[in-house]
Amino acid sequence: MSTHNNTSPVLDVHDLHIEFDTRYGALKAIDGISLQIAPGEILGVVGESGAGKSLTGTAITGLLESPGRISGGEIHLEGQRIDNLSQDEMRRLRGRRIGAIFQDPLTSLNPLYTVGRQLIETIRTHLPMNRAQARQRAIELLAEVGLPAPETRIDQYPHQFSGGMRQRVVIALALCADPKLVIADEPTTALDVSVQAQIITVLKRLCREQGTAVMLVTHDMGVIAEAADRVAVMYAGRLVEVGPVAEVVKSAKHPYTQGLMNSIPTVLHDVERLEQIEGSMPRLTAIPQGCAFNPRCPHAVSRCRAERPDLMAAGEGAAACWLVEEGATPPPQARATADTLVDHHD
Amino acid sequence: MSTVTQRLNDDWRRFIDSDLFYSFRRSPITIVAFVVVVTLILAAIFAPWIAPHDPFDVSTLSLLNSELPPAWVAGGDPAFLLGTDGQGRDVLSALLYGARISILVGLASVAFAMTLGVCLGLLAAYVGGTVDALIMRIADVMISFPPILVALLINGVARGVLPPEMQHDAVIFVLILAIGLTTWVQYARTVRGSTLVEKNREYVLAARVIGLRSRSIMARHILPNVIGPILVVATVNLAIAILIEAALSFLGVGMPPTEPSLGTLIRIGNEFLFSGVWWVVIFPSAVLVLLVLSVNLLGDWLRDALNPKLR
Amino acid sequence: MIAFLIRRLLQGALVMLTVAFIAFSMFRFVGDPVTNMLPQDATLEQRTELQERLGLNDPLPLQFGHFVTNAVQGDFGISYRNQRPVSDLIAERLPATMEMVFAAVVLSLVIGIPMGVYTALRRDSWLSHLFQGVSLAGISVPTFVTGILLILVFSVWLNWLPSFGRGDVVEIGGWSTGLLTVSGIKALIMPVITLSLFQITLIMRLVRAEMLEVLKTDYIRFARARGLTNRAVHFGHALRNTLMPVITITGLQIGALIAFAIITETVFQWPGMGLLFMQAVSFVDIPVMSAYLVMVSLIFVVINTIVDMLYFVVDPRLRVDAGKNTTGA
Repeated sequence: MSTHNNTSPVLDVHDLHIEFDTRYGALKAIDGISLQIAPGEILGVVGESGAGKSLTGTAITGLLESPGRISGGEIHLEGQRIDNLSQDEMRRLRGRRIGAIFQDPLTSLNPLYTVGRQLIETIRTHLPMNRAQARQRAIELLAEVGLPAPETRIDQYPHQFSGGMRQRVVIALALCADPKLVIADEPTTALDVSVQAQIITVLKRLCREQGTAVMLVTHDMGVIAEAADRVAVMYAGRLVEVGPVAEVVKSAKHPYTQGLMNSIPTVLHDVERLEQIEGSMPRLTAIPQGCAFNPRCPHAVSRCRAERPDLMAAGEGAAACWLVEEGATPPPQARATADTLVDHHD
Repeated sequence: MSTVTQRLNDDWRRFIDSDLFYSFRRSPITIVAFVVVVTLILAAIFAPWIAPHDPFDVSTLSLLNSELPPAWVAGGDPAFLLGTDGQGRDVLSALLYGARISILVGLASVAFAMTLGVCLGLLAAYVGGTVDALIMRIADVMISFPPILVALLINGVARGVLPPEMQHDAVIFVLILAIGLTTWVQYARTVRGSTLVEKNREYVLAARVIGLRSRSIMARHILPNVIGPILVVATVNLAIAILIEAALSFLGVGMPPTEPSLGTLIRIGNEFLFSGVWWVVIFPSAVLVLLVLSVNLLGDWLRDALNPKLR
Repeated sequence: MIAFLIRRLLQGALVMLTVAFIAFSMFRFVGDPVTNMLPQDATLEQRTELQERLGLNDPLPLQFGHFVTNAVQGDFGISYRNQRPVSDLIAERLPATMEMVFAAVVLSLVIGIPMGVYTALRRDSWLSHLFQGVSLAGISVPTFVTGILLILVFSVWLNWLPSFGRGDVVEIGGWSTGLLTVSGIKALIMPVITLSLFQITLIMRLVRAEMLEVLKTDYIRFARARGLTNRAVHFGHALRNTLMPVITITGLQIGALIAFAIITETVFQWPGMGLLFMQAVSFVDIPVMSAYLVMVSLIFVVINTIVDMLYFVVDPRLRVDAGKNTTGA
């Protein structure tokens, strides 16, 4: 994968495999994922529900619980290998060097404690401060995420905040110890559309300022186009395409990504029917031989059904498709949507 | 194979392959508990045939045989395997008959409570409005009173109201009534919940608009949702019913010594405790505990197996 | 908050009235009060005189009114069995039962909560499995069997502890306590263990189940993701959220304890309200039965109300905040 920075990546996932032990045997949920994120870069990870995007984030933060386990590959954080650390060592990393943001801000916060108490507790776990200093820092953090009147709000309970404000508090909590990597798992999915944009702005600003790397997991291409620098597309536990956002959105190489782009309805002209990709993502117990997407792919050839393609360089990114290797990708269709998507990108 | 046997075969196959049976097979404790319960039930049903003596036939009793220890202790008699009580009654035989009554009363109370609860739950859900509110209020109040207390009260009132001649025969029905009245609430709530959910579904509205009877269609949807939880409730309640009956009998207001349940036997045995005659009280207690324990284990397994969240 | 309090008080009063009605019906219609209160050779005049005095010829609502006013003042008439005022009997027996119940509650919390937390956090250790096995025994062994076994071992075989009675008691004000004498405490041990075994089990299972549920929530996951120590996550966050329902259920269980006290007191001949009630049921001593019913219902209603109010104190979401500000994003 080509990274357009010279500095070494903050996160380096290499050939990650995750399995679940079930009554029917070991199920492969993640089948050989590799990705890297550079400092200050926002990598979008996109895919349908069940593709394995959240699972990847969970494994990176070390919160994978049985019956799931990492069955192969390595995860490196700032050059240090972390997938084989003990529970205790992993805990010290969490919050301090890896931050996490979850989907539902209402359930992410303990309803019985004030926002301030939860912030101060987290700050003091990682940074050597006394109570007064931690409280001051907490107030500063709340101001940085754009919360009005932080000195008063710090002593309020989560149920006294609106959804968007709660998510800002969550962001503050995730960033309070200045982690180098943040895993954001569907941070805007539970919010109103009008609020989504504001949260994305806050997230982007803070990460640019601190040089934090972000793994932004979502199923919403609009959010990706707004926020991400590069995007990785996942399908059935595998990576099918990676590349700079503008390129993937405007001229996707992998037929699945093309299908995704085409299925986004556009406001620019009327259509009779909504486009969709035929069929549905295969269950983990029934992943097809060869390329996982081949039953639904309009361009599949016999090689696709026999051999599984690796990620192969295509343009500035890569795609896991035999057609890319032979340089015979069919021309992309309906790019009008892609234009509107990319318009707002920095 | 005819279609009926074919269908039964298919259902059996499906059961064997199901997650339910899988978790059963995997848990040795549950299997043991199941075996114990079945054994006890069978022993209880066949008590009149397998008991070595008839403990209630006064003509066979002899005071010469009284207070004999179990067969493996010095002074014991192999004819009375577990010893005898103060009147020469064989403890083993009394146990079998006692278990019979305990299980009988327990099952009958559960059946009564289930019928009452399901009917009231259905009524509350179908009719709605004030009837619903009333039934639920009564349920709330009843569930906050401990079953023993209510059972004792009903028992006391019944004994005060019934004429003395009826009292002896009516005791078993009073017990079933008392225990059933204290345990119907869970069934009612479960059924009411399911019915309300189904009642508000669109297919019911649609059926009614067309003029169809929605009830039988609803039943087809309510029943499968409700059977699982009700079975779990019934199992737990069976253990509770057996315990309440045993408590009432122990306290002297349950089954009389002429038709003793395990609780009555324990009460009788308690009087011998201080003279060192321990076998008359220990063996009935052991059987009672074993019975309730096994039922509880089965209930635990059933609840975990049917709980979708734990799968 | 005040409105809530008033509403609960009214509800409580309604329940009490219903209970009073049931108690009154029992009193009036089960058996004949006059026959029970007079010696066998009483004359007809004495009977009719008593009937008048008891107000048995008045219209029913009036009788009910009398009953309620008397009950509120603590007058429940005369016990058929003892020929003494019921209120005296209850006052004498109340301390014995209350001490036993109170000790059982404390014991069950002190033992049950840590056991429950342990089995939730260390699910696969052998100690956990042992605790869970013991808990299964706790709900399967009837109270009276526990009592009998304890008596067998500690009184008959070992002769360490007394098997009946309260030991020596000390009178403080109107309250007789057994907690200040050695024999009193020795006499308390077995009954309290017997009474609380079931309760310990219940609390342990409850805490375990609640804690397991709480440990699956998003805020616990987020707390872990923030790198909080295990201690902070388990005891600062999870335990705090777990204890809320536990406290309320414990309060409600006091009622069950009072009921189980009936059995325990019978086994140990403990001179409390439970034994009194038991003897009343055997004898069909209606005044005592109805008085007991009213007393116990009163205790329930008061406890229920206190428990509901506790929720306000503990859960910030229920408090009405004047300074609530949810504008903006």
